[in-house]
Amino acid sequence: MDAATQSEASGLHSALRYKIIALVGNEYVRVANAADAIGGVQPKLVIEPGTETEVAEVLRLSNGAGLAVIPRGGGTKLGWGNPPTRADLVLSTARLKEIIEHAWADLTVTVEAGCTIQRLQETLAEHGQRLALDPLWPEKATIGGVLSTNDSGALRLRFGALRDLIIGVTIALPDGTLASSGGKVVKNVAGYDLQKLVTGALGTLGVITRAVFRLHPLPRSKRACSISAANAEEAQRIVLAIQDSKLAHTFLQSHFSDDAAPISDILFEGTEAGLTAQEAQLRKLCGAARVSEASTATWTAREKLWGFSEPSTTAIAKISILPGDLARTIEEVEQAARLHQVRWRALAYATGIAWVRLEGKPGALRSALQLLRRELENQGGSLAMMHRPEKMAEFDAWGNAGDALGVMKAVKNQLDAKGALNPGRFVGGI
Amino acid sequence: MNLMEARILDELRAIVGDRGLISSPEELHTYECDGLTYFRMMPRAVLLPNSTEQVQAIVRVCHRERMPFVARGSGTGLSGGALPVENGIVISLARMNRILEVDFPNARVVVEPGVINLDVTGRVSPQDYFYAPDPSSQSICTIGGNVAENSGGAHCLKYGFTTTHVLGLEVVLPDGSLVHFGGKTLDTPGYDLAGVFVGSEGTLGVATKVILRIVKRPECVRTLLAAFPSTNEAGAAVSDIIAAGMLPAAIEMMDNLSIQAAEAAVHANYPSCGGLLLVELDGPVAEVETLMTNVKEICRSNGASEIRLAQSDAERALVWKGRKAAFAAMGRISPNYIVQDGVIPRTALPRVLSEIERLSKEAGVRVANVFHAGDGNLHPLVLYDRRIPGQEEAAGALSAQILELCIAAGGSITGEHGVGEDKKKAMAKMFAEPDLATMQRVRCAFDPLQLSNPTKIFPTPRLCGEKPGEYMAHPAESGGIAERY
Repeated sequence: MDAATQSEASGLHSALRYKIIALVGNEYVRVANAADAIGGVQPKLVIEPGTETEVAEVLRLSNGAGLAVIPRGGGTKLGWGNPPTRADLVLSTARLKEIIEHAWADLTVTVEAGCTIQRLQETLAEHGQRLALDPLWPEKATIGGVLSTNDSGALRLRFGALRDLIIGVTIALPDGTLASSGGKVVKNVAGYDLQKLVTGALGTLGVITRAVFRLHPLPRSKRACSISAANAEEAQRIVLAIQDSKLAHTFLQSHFSDDAAPISDILFEGTEAGLTAQEAQLRKLCGAARVSEASTATWTAREKLWGFSEPSTTAIAKISILPGDLARTIEEVEQAARLHQVRWRALAYATGIAWVRLEGKPGALRSALQLLRRELENQGGSLAMMHRPEKMAEFDAWGNAGDALGVMKAVKNQLDAKGALNPGRFVGGI
Repeated sequence: MNLMEARILDELRAIVGDRGLISSPEELHTYECDGLTYFRMMPRAVLLPNSTEQVQAIVRVCHRERMPFVARGSGTGLSGGALPVENGIVISLARMNRILEVDFPNARVVVEPGVINLDVTGRVSPQDYFYAPDPSSQSICTIGGNVAENSGGAHCLKYGFTTTHVLGLEVVLPDGSLVHFGGKTLDTPGYDLAGVFVGSEGTLGVATKVILRIVKRPECVRTLLAAFPSTNEAGAAVSDIIAAGMLPAAIEMMDNLSIQAAEAAVHANYPSCGGLLLVELDGPVAEVETLMTNVKEICRSNGASEIRLAQSDAERALVWKGRKAAFAAMGRISPNYIVQDGVIPRTALPRVLSEIERLSKEAGVRVANVFHAGDGNLHPLVLYDRRIPGQEEAAGALSAQILELCIAAGGSITGEHGVGEDKKKAMAKMFAEPDLATMQRVRCAFDPLQLSNPTKIFPTPRLCGEKPGEYMAHPAESGGIAERY
């Protein structure tokens, strides 16, 4: 059965179906299967355009027909955000994987959205450079997906988030417009910063087709240490003292859980002379707390947090707090977990972003997370759900979007008036 | 002044009081331009609110009367961003200059928009912190203006621009409503509207509070001056520094004319040469000393005739004083000059510089060059004498040609001064029509009636599709310079 026949079975209007097939080729249109479902919602077709013009054209055609489109990169984070209210087409960027230009002497790279993080990093490393970002699952995660979910890890402390690394973007809008902003130079204030607007927008404003990033050199040497603390208060004291010191560390993260004492990992990068001097300063700063060489698990701490075996009894939340509220927040997590009888562990960065894993019955998880979200929002923070059991599908992924929600909806309306892209998956029903 | 205007003026006076309203023509002249004095427009009135509520009340009147407004800080901008618009008022944020909160454990500072850039650092330096963005005008420019322009400065090579250091904003939207973008914590739920607002040149609303990030001072700072025969050798040294995997805090370059001017103005004791490089490294002492040795070797191998390391804070300050005074210093060697602000990929530097030299000779107009060399941000200063017939036009044409060189090299028409009024036309050369149309759609989401600094940034005004309430022809529409879409 060819794609045309198959998609007939899937109930899409035949004229549209033929137009899409004529555009991208028969072999790049297939009927969606159960594995393509997003948050339990079954799409009809999976389309893999080969160029950004094709992406824009597919969007224009499907938008004209009032279809809902789910953009997809490596598919590693499709569970982030709310389930879509509708899903007709999955628009995959799998074929847009070219590294267009690594201008190594200018420390920039232009890359298509479907390129994986790992492939990009390998190419950049040939010239001793990197995109200074450590997102989850780099071997599968794509540029477009990482941008849309604004995923960042420990390196954010030193190098900033994607918003600080992206210098240009091209997006395809539902009406078929292909628009670029920014450019290929790091310093540039011409026009609106649309690259920041679409970073973290979960693909609700347009489909990112390419991006330009500023790069950083790979470090000459690096050294990581782990610092043990007796409790969350001591861990916070150490973290804040390091942050208030003259150390030029690259990352600083702390592990907390219901069955072990806190440990903080710190990474230094630079020359051997600089590393030795900084490690000595660190030991002085930590006083009685034990400082040891960090284990290799440090580098994959976040993936380990995600390495759960029971999706139906596990929830993962990304929380954002003030760095000075670390101990208080850990205590709140602990109390909520104890009250509702769930297991917990957390990985907290010195930036104030932390990842919390809770394990227990869905009802208990729901209650614990509701309590935690309320407390965090009251103290000016936030809690976003990144994984939740199917039975918790109705639990809003984002929480309170504040008084700017009206402007957000207006922006959405300007760029995607029919609500075609990822409907319902973002904040406030966007 | 007609009756309606008197009624509006009374209403505005009631909001800000007598001392908060400027409406006499003599006093209004102060506000008819910003740092780019070429463009001038008299505002109908200037309002000096001292609270968010007053800003809201003023903007509500503007919204009701369909009267455009332009927010203004210290007016040091160099692209006409704070230039009043026809039949509009100016909202000066100069009186909203309080530092509201300093939070060292979280490295956050909350300020009103009229706070002077350098005063933030002044306030946090006793605890050894600083506010990183350092435009050359930092002793007089305001945080609100920096937010509008996404100001940079010499040290943004390492530390990033204003947008990196703004975590949240309180904004009065063009309909007078109050909203909050971002916050003290990172990744607040929703779109990164703070990221869009910073650098939008006052076209999306008026910021009334800004949450800033402050940075701990590095353990040491070392500043090196290296004298090269020409900018070519200096440029090659910059490339080698970057290729060696170093990220200096700043790399600045000046050509012979700029050195002469800076010497004449502030006696910075620069070596006389064809290309001067200023390289600043900061961080842990052991790290910086090792890298500085590398930098010296690189400079020597690229033909530096003289290498000096500033030996004290005072020497360092003097080195920077010369650089930061470079624009104003041009007055010492030329009666008039245009400050240009273009960006090129750093590797295109030798090619673009020789092209600028060729054009300069052709036009018979001198060009002095000052660059943020690390990030390819050029500040060619086109020198001319208005009294000589034809020179002003020739200088203007040359300045425009330099921008075209930047675009052709894959760069940008502005690295930090903004588009404002000055570079609207160049926007159409740098961006395609769909790019600009998409940006204008974003603008429409914030300001459907286009009241907030309208007529800036975009080459062709486009009116927003949505028409809340009764249809009213926009002045630009009835004037035949815009179309509705």
